[in-house]
Amino acid sequence: MGRFLARRLVLTIPVLLGVATLVFSLIHLIPGDPAQAMLGEAAPQADVEELRRRLGLDRPLIQQYGEFLRGLAVGDLGTSLRTGQPVTEQIVERMPATFELAAAAMLVAIAFSLPLGIAAAVKRGTAVDHAAMTVSLAGVSVPNFWLGPLLAIVFAVQLGWLPVSGRGTWAHLVLPAVSLGAALAAILARMTRATMLEELREPYVQAARARGVSRTRAVLRHAFRNSLIPVVTLMGLQFGAVLTGAVITETIFAWPGIGRLLIQSIGFRDYPLVQGCILLIAVTYVGVNLLTDLMYGVLDPRIRYE
Amino acid sequence: MTRIGAAIVLLAVLAAALGPMIIPFDPADQELALRLEGPSGRHWFGLDELGRDIFARVLSGARISLLVGLVVVGVSSTVGTLLGSIAGYFGGVVDEIVSRVMDILLAFPGLLLAIAMVAVLGPSLTNVIIALSLIGWVGYARLVRGQVLRARELEFVQAARALGADVPRILARHIIPTALPAVTVQATLGIGGAILAEAALSFLGLGVQPPTPSWGTMLSYGRTHMLEAPHLTVFPGIAIAVLVLGFNFLGDGLRDAIDPQAQGQGPKA
Repeated sequence: MGRFLARRLVLTIPVLLGVATLVFSLIHLIPGDPAQAMLGEAAPQADVEELRRRLGLDRPLIQQYGEFLRGLAVGDLGTSLRTGQPVTEQIVERMPATFELAAAAMLVAIAFSLPLGIAAAVKRGTAVDHAAMTVSLAGVSVPNFWLGPLLAIVFAVQLGWLPVSGRGTWAHLVLPAVSLGAALAAILARMTRATMLEELREPYVQAARARGVSRTRAVLRHAFRNSLIPVVTLMGLQFGAVLTGAVITETIFAWPGIGRLLIQSIGFRDYPLVQGCILLIAVTYVGVNLLTDLMYGVLDPRIRYE
Repeated sequence: MTRIGAAIVLLAVLAAALGPMIIPFDPADQELALRLEGPSGRHWFGLDELGRDIFARVLSGARISLLVGLVVVGVSSTVGTLLGSIAGYFGGVVDEIVSRVMDILLAFPGLLLAIAMVAVLGPSLTNVIIALSLIGWVGYARLVRGQVLRARELEFVQAARALGADVPRILARHIIPTALPAVTVQATLGIGGAILAEAALSFLGLGVQPPTPSWGTMLSYGRTHMLEAPHLTVFPGIAIAVLVLGFNFLGDGLRDAIDPQAQGQGPKA
């Protein structure tokens, strides 16, 4: 396990370096003069020169890259152009809100998808199966930027059960979490059904049934546990979609997380902050994928990290 | 389901191609006195915040959505298939380079890199297509690379090699065709994904810019009038969901046709 972890961590380093390089190069993809673009066409030349100097854009590219990497190593992502606050500080302030929302959305997705997927597999070919899969396909197709406002109109405005926006109590979390988790629930339900169908065909399930194990126990204790690996893998991969979806959900529900910060900073052309948000989301995603790999051994003891 | 999907897609294509020529309203025409008016016999989907006919705008938006879906998937699948087959066939340094680039791009979840690129390049339809294509090819390359790794050792490929066929011919005539069914399924599902991605970027103000009608932009502007005029968001939202659902049905049906096991034929527990 220790060796596997070390090897997996070493393999992650070039990916992280690539991510950092791509994020660094973003500012250089801006058409024309990045400093001019950030301040606007009408900005005085002296201000543009000053910003160029402040961002280090007047230095050779390789030197800028070296300083960017050196900054990353010590957690220095530069300073926000708009607020003058360190980027790291602003991101750290917003991180708990985004992780809270992402975790709640994952919980919503798991709570809906696993029972739906299992029921569809066990009742394969019946009306239950067709209904579950149609609902899940609809869930994948409905955009969260449409579902979110619709939920807000019904449950916040018409019924008055839940707050329409902001963060504070658990009630504030419900609508954004359902809106963000719906598509993931749909994808997970389909995957759970597919893997459950495979497991239910395995001889060990037949053997368990032949030994007199009840159908419920054979399904839940035997088949379901073994079907979890692809489902957990998908959860890890989809965590990225949840983080990206959070950008939209946070914007709709005025949720004070990193996604909203990213969109606001794009609006203000605050590129150091844009870079910081993108970098944090990507690094989090890489970390979650690493954790997903490590989860395999816990779920299936036959997997040895050699 | 496949037939329903095909029917939806066909209907959308026809509506996008012929609709704007048939209906009597231009998507840009304004009737300010009637702004936010609900659906009626004259304006089937009602009028928006500037008194423009929403039905006409939904039909025009379908053109944008289908254009983005087809161009993004066309470019991504072509580039991905080429790079994936070259990496899988040659292996070695070429494979290492392509695989590492794929690893880096895959480290960015979903739309994030597209958001970043559009943020720096500027919001426009062209930049949305560029951004989505730049990230879209990776999925195809990974899929095709895996298929090619398997196919290059098959007997008919070795026979072609022994007969002296050159590499482009082996790839084009013998190896890539083995990957095409899987690419077709992914491309069909990918069109739905690209349509959703464009709508999401436009919703965030990073995609198609007004006054060009895009479903995402219509949703974004309609959101501010959701209470007094929900039809502004209901119809573009339904249009996105139904068209994406159509491509998903179609992609699912194709996948089932290629891999019948996915339908789950087997004994019950």
